[in-house]
Amino acid sequence: MQRKIRVLVGKPGLDGHDRGAKVVAAALRDDGMEVIYTGLHQTPEQIVEAATQEDVDVVALSILSGAHMTLFPDVLALMRARGLGDRLLTGGGIIPAEDMESLAHSGVGRLFGPGASTQDIAKYIRKWFAETHGGNGAGAKASRKPARVARAAPRKRPKPAAKSSRKRR
Amino acid sequence: MAEPKPASDLTRRVLAGDRVALARAISLIENETPQAAEVEDVCFRKSGRALRLGITGPPGAGKSTLVMRIAQEYRRRGETVAIVAVDPTSPFTGGALLGDRVRMAELAGDDGVFIRSMATRGSMGGLAVHTAQACDVLDAAGFARVVVETVGVGQSELEVAQTADSTAVVLVPESGDGVQAMKAGLMEIGDLFVINKSDRDGADRAAFSIRSALELRAPGSAWSPPVLQTVATEGRGVAEVVEAFEEHLEHMRVHGGFERRRRRRFEQRLDDLLRAHLWQEFRAQVPAAEWAAALDRLESRRATPNGTAAVLIERFGANRPGAARSSG
Repeated sequence: MQRKIRVLVGKPGLDGHDRGAKVVAAALRDDGMEVIYTGLHQTPEQIVEAATQEDVDVVALSILSGAHMTLFPDVLALMRARGLGDRLLTGGGIIPAEDMESLAHSGVGRLFGPGASTQDIAKYIRKWFAETHGGNGAGAKASRKPARVARAAPRKRPKPAAKSSRKRR
Repeated sequence: MAEPKPASDLTRRVLAGDRVALARAISLIENETPQAAEVEDVCFRKSGRALRLGITGPPGAGKSTLVMRIAQEYRRRGETVAIVAVDPTSPFTGGALLGDRVRMAELAGDDGVFIRSMATRGSMGGLAVHTAQACDVLDAAGFARVVVETVGVGQSELEVAQTADSTAVVLVPESGDGVQAMKAGLMEIGDLFVINKSDRDGADRAAFSIRSALELRAPGSAWSPPVLQTVATEGRGVAEVVEAFEEHLEHMRVHGGFERRRRRRFEQRLDDLLRAHLWQEFRAQVPAAEWAAALDRLESRRATPNGTAAVLIERFGANRPGAARSSG
């Protein structure tokens, strides 16, 4: 079984515009990722708890409300407190360039503004995953293949000596 | 099988109820990593206390919302609840959009609830490939009830009946048409039936037609599945669903069906594992050239599938390296 990249796509705060989040969620799904969509009006606590239970690799937030300078740092702090500091926090919305830069300094990943291509977002996530998990992005290619259809097909366990052994725990 | 090995750090944390470890353990199993077997084995040995409830039904019947309400009802009764919500993996891209949590937002912030979304990853039975193993982990972690929500099913995705101790089939007023209700499959696996969205027209008629269809089921089972009506969005009728689940479980305990059901579940799991392993071992014994030649013979109609399979088993079946050591 190929290692799937799991991504939580959520909308924190008082912001009812979820079109963008849904477009990104669908694009990441089409890129072969498992996307957990958590819906609107989530508190940072709810988002991080969902990220914990779902064991996602990436938390992607859509923020159009202008509250990005509090919401991203809040979510990041909670992720770190919860032991999820090795996961990627990324996202997008209406975010001025200088804010993006300042958030990047605090440890938030790349943020995407209006007009960003969904392919670039998927590529960015795959690149981050390959770099942090020691893989060469093989998962990207493999997961584009049709999923196996047979029920209870043989399980293949990767060799224990694989270089991709993950450093977490 | 070797003696039980000491549990790894991760597994110990799972058994202690650490939610980060619990989530990670399920991922290891889903990704079939080398550590997965240890987690599976330790958790399997510790499992058996949780009661597993299956929720299945067609897409859009309101399964997720009902699961959320059922979890709330169990919490009111003081029981902890884990939820495994399954959504389909795309056979084309391998990706999945797991959206069941959207309907379960009201459960956020409750430490007595744990929700995990799983993608089917190629399994065709309405569950994910490793749903049973994930349930073992949640069971071992101490949740009193594990609720498994299937993908939106048609008539033949019935695997949940082999995974759950008790299964509810969720329908809507419009799905109660008499002929549909008599078809084989979905109607045969319900231990209880729920007509959700019963504030809509036709709910009583749907309930009646399902009851009628159930009367035509072969006699022999002492349990007659109740047909309940709910409006899950408002929480109406949900306490009765939980009550019906508990009654069914109690009924099985009294009449002996409970152990029989679990035994059948283990048999199915063992079957699946053996089939997968033996097939894989056998297939590895057949050289690629032989395989291609066999396909050529089929293509030109010089051999039949039955005959070819027999010849391949004859030639390569006994030579499996596993055949010699399997007695150990």
